[in-house]
Amino acid sequence: MKTDLTDTTASKINKALVKARRAIGTPAVGMVLTLVIVTDEENAYDALKAAGDASREHPSRTLVVIRRVSRSPRDRTQSRLDAEVRVGADAGTGETVVLRLYGEVVDHAQSVVLPLLLPDAPVVVWWPVNAPLDPANDPLGALAQRRVTDTYACEQPVKELAARADAYTPGDTDLSWTRITPWRSMLAAALDQVACQVQGVEVEGEEFNPSCELLAMWLADRLDVPVRRTRSAGPGLTAVRMDTDCGPIVLDRADGSLATLAIQGQPKRAVALKRRDTAELIAEELRRLDPDDTYASALRYGVERLKQGDGGDAPAKGEGRGGEREAVPAPVESAAKGPAAEATEEAPVKKAAAK
Amino acid sequence: MSSSNPLRDPADRRLPRIAGPSGLVIFGVTGDLSRKKLMPAVYDLANRGLLPPGFSLVGFARREWANEDFAQEVHDAVKEHARTPFREEVWQQLIQGMRFVQGTFDDDESFERLRGTIEELDKAQGTGGNFAFYLSVPPRSFPVVIQQLKKHGLADQTGGSWRRAVIEKPFGHDLKSAEELNAIVHEVFAPDQVFRIDHYLGKETVQNILALRFANTMFEPIWNRSFVDHVQITMAEDIGIGGRAGYYDGIGAARDVIQNHLLQLLALTAMEEPASFDADALAAEKTKVLGAVRLPKDLGRDTVRAQYAAGWQGGAKVIGYLEEEGIDPSSKTDTYAAIKVGIDNRRWAGVPFYLRTGKRLGRRVTEIAVVFQRAPHSPFDTTATEELGQNAIVIRVQPDEGVTVRFGSKVPGTSMEIRDVSMDFAYGESFTESSPEAYERLILDVLLGDSNLFPRTEEVELSWKILDPIEEYWDAHGRPARYQAGTWGPVEADEMLERDGRSWRRP
Repeated sequence: MKTDLTDTTASKINKALVKARRAIGTPAVGMVLTLVIVTDEENAYDALKAAGDASREHPSRTLVVIRRVSRSPRDRTQSRLDAEVRVGADAGTGETVVLRLYGEVVDHAQSVVLPLLLPDAPVVVWWPVNAPLDPANDPLGALAQRRVTDTYACEQPVKELAARADAYTPGDTDLSWTRITPWRSMLAAALDQVACQVQGVEVEGEEFNPSCELLAMWLADRLDVPVRRTRSAGPGLTAVRMDTDCGPIVLDRADGSLATLAIQGQPKRAVALKRRDTAELIAEELRRLDPDDTYASALRYGVERLKQGDGGDAPAKGEGRGGEREAVPAPVESAAKGPAAEATEEAPVKKAAAK
Repeated sequence: MSSSNPLRDPADRRLPRIAGPSGLVIFGVTGDLSRKKLMPAVYDLANRGLLPPGFSLVGFARREWANEDFAQEVHDAVKEHARTPFREEVWQQLIQGMRFVQGTFDDDESFERLRGTIEELDKAQGTGGNFAFYLSVPPRSFPVVIQQLKKHGLADQTGGSWRRAVIEKPFGHDLKSAEELNAIVHEVFAPDQVFRIDHYLGKETVQNILALRFANTMFEPIWNRSFVDHVQITMAEDIGIGGRAGYYDGIGAARDVIQNHLLQLLALTAMEEPASFDADALAAEKTKVLGAVRLPKDLGRDTVRAQYAAGWQGGAKVIGYLEEEGIDPSSKTDTYAAIKVGIDNRRWAGVPFYLRTGKRLGRRVTEIAVVFQRAPHSPFDTTATEELGQNAIVIRVQPDEGVTVRFGSKVPGTSMEIRDVSMDFAYGESFTESSPEAYERLILDVLLGDSNLFPRTEEVELSWKILDPIEEYWDAHGRPARYQAGTWGPVEADEMLERDGRSWRRP
């Protein structure tokens, strides 16, 4: 059921919600949280779709706050709130209110959102794009227990990470961190299987992907060893190589779905490590609403303390690669590809030097 | 090793508990349980990323299959029954560790092959010698399989590796046979290596009984004889015995369901708060309350057994128990059983617990209803509260998992009229749409060695001590009553509660 309200207020929206619930015969609702999505018109559809899928796991009231751009000075002085109330089959398992803000009210979105929050239930704010630099002190962010940003969607992810570290407040989290949970869990499982001391780590992944930095910082923070961040063509994260005192441990995912885990002295094994879609990430994010101390600790380690692979620190790099070759007893692809890739990488440099 | 793993941190709660390197051997892998529950559960676990890399699944059965046929069978079972969507990369991970061993239980050679397979997997998949043996076999085959495992050294734990045995109900058919069975199993496997599956205990709702009672403050103060009038625990099935005549006849509903599922539910509902949530503390409290269960003095008056007669079940015509194929027409086996027990302790003295189970009842449902006493005084006149029943908290175990609270509320209007209303908490509404299957949780717990949710030897034996006198009485006295298929049981059961001034809930 869908109700359109134009030039409306929060109390009229509340009335419309109650009326809609009555009309479809479910006045009692088991919703566990309010999810506020702050976005622009362009990203609203995808975000709402992901939230709808996630609501199957976490029935929630979803408030989508869309700030409309005013194109004339007159528009900017007039303020208006339009709302679309969706209940029942149109709204996944919970309720959805799409709020469109025009003019001055754009700067006072919290006054619209506050009366629409579910009583007592936790509030999560999610910025799919354009998150504020200090989420906890944002007027909407201040309403929430949990503030979800996504550095992956930023122009300069690495810089953004540093800013997030500076502004971190318990309850902050980032989807780039959520994305690497399967990697972290597999790496932890790999270390469960051996009693070795890790001496150095290399995290390889595409450029402008803050998940690689976060994973590298987490490893550096937990293992207390130097960690090198190197670049590849992706997709996403492609490999983690750990050098240990009993040989290398390599988790390598070339195609974005099936990875291989190679541990020295153990057979090579395939592990499913699929890149997950936004709905799954949001569902994971909503599962726990307490501050994520591990994230805080990894984030605060500092991007600048990671070694950069393309900085030309040749011996260490060679070590990492060599380790990989040793670790993979059946060198069908990786070893064959490894040197080739190296060669092509180096070729342009040599050419440039020759010129 | 994991304790020293620097990547593990108790505060890092996103990281799931992944089982260590291990494999699962299923005996009787061609059976229904294996196809419908075990294989899909293994896949779902893998899909959720909870199985270790290199996890291996070994099937053992008589059928002439190659590894590929077995993999195909698992593939079909997973596609049809798995809870989570089928994903090729997960399947690729699983398939590398799939093996099939053809053979019969008395054939030494095939157990040697099984040992060879396990050794091969240790090399190829890095399972590290850690294997769980799931005995999805008829009870009569238990001793021979267990002995074969011992004979071929498959039960030996060497060099830090583990071997575990998983067994399914029935755990015997009376105290004596249960003790014999335990003796056979424990001769080969130590008590902490044996996991008895009662799949009810793997259900989210059942685990939630403990959360509901001990994590909240609003229920526990009234959870005693001062407020509770009685408790009804029901497990109803709408199906008949189907093709299980051979197993069912002579066993009956009480042995099949009350002895394990219902008494476990009773224990969780009635037990005192455990000192902690670990396996020992839980078992201690469960054992204590099962030990305090007292049978009624007059077993003829406070127990009822019955058989379903032909009738209509949900719009389909069905035959009676005695007409089922393979059933002796003079069989006295119960397909319905209702018993009343008391619990001799300060909390529950005088509060009856009614347990009932049956086949071919109205619908499939399992629930625990804690029914409260009426208000000691009502300021409303009797016409106002005529429609008001007793308050109740109902824990719905399956299907439609959740909790219902029933209380009185004023009917809108000018006159004062109070009627029962329900307040509902549905799992599907507040949490994930599909909570993990019981078998997923239990298989993972076996691989992790976490025995919280598995009944122990003492619990099994105590349960038989409760049921044996009733079965003996039934054997010696009369014949089962009859009830029409598709109804809520025999009149005798209604009369049994009527004598106490109570009535069965319609679940």
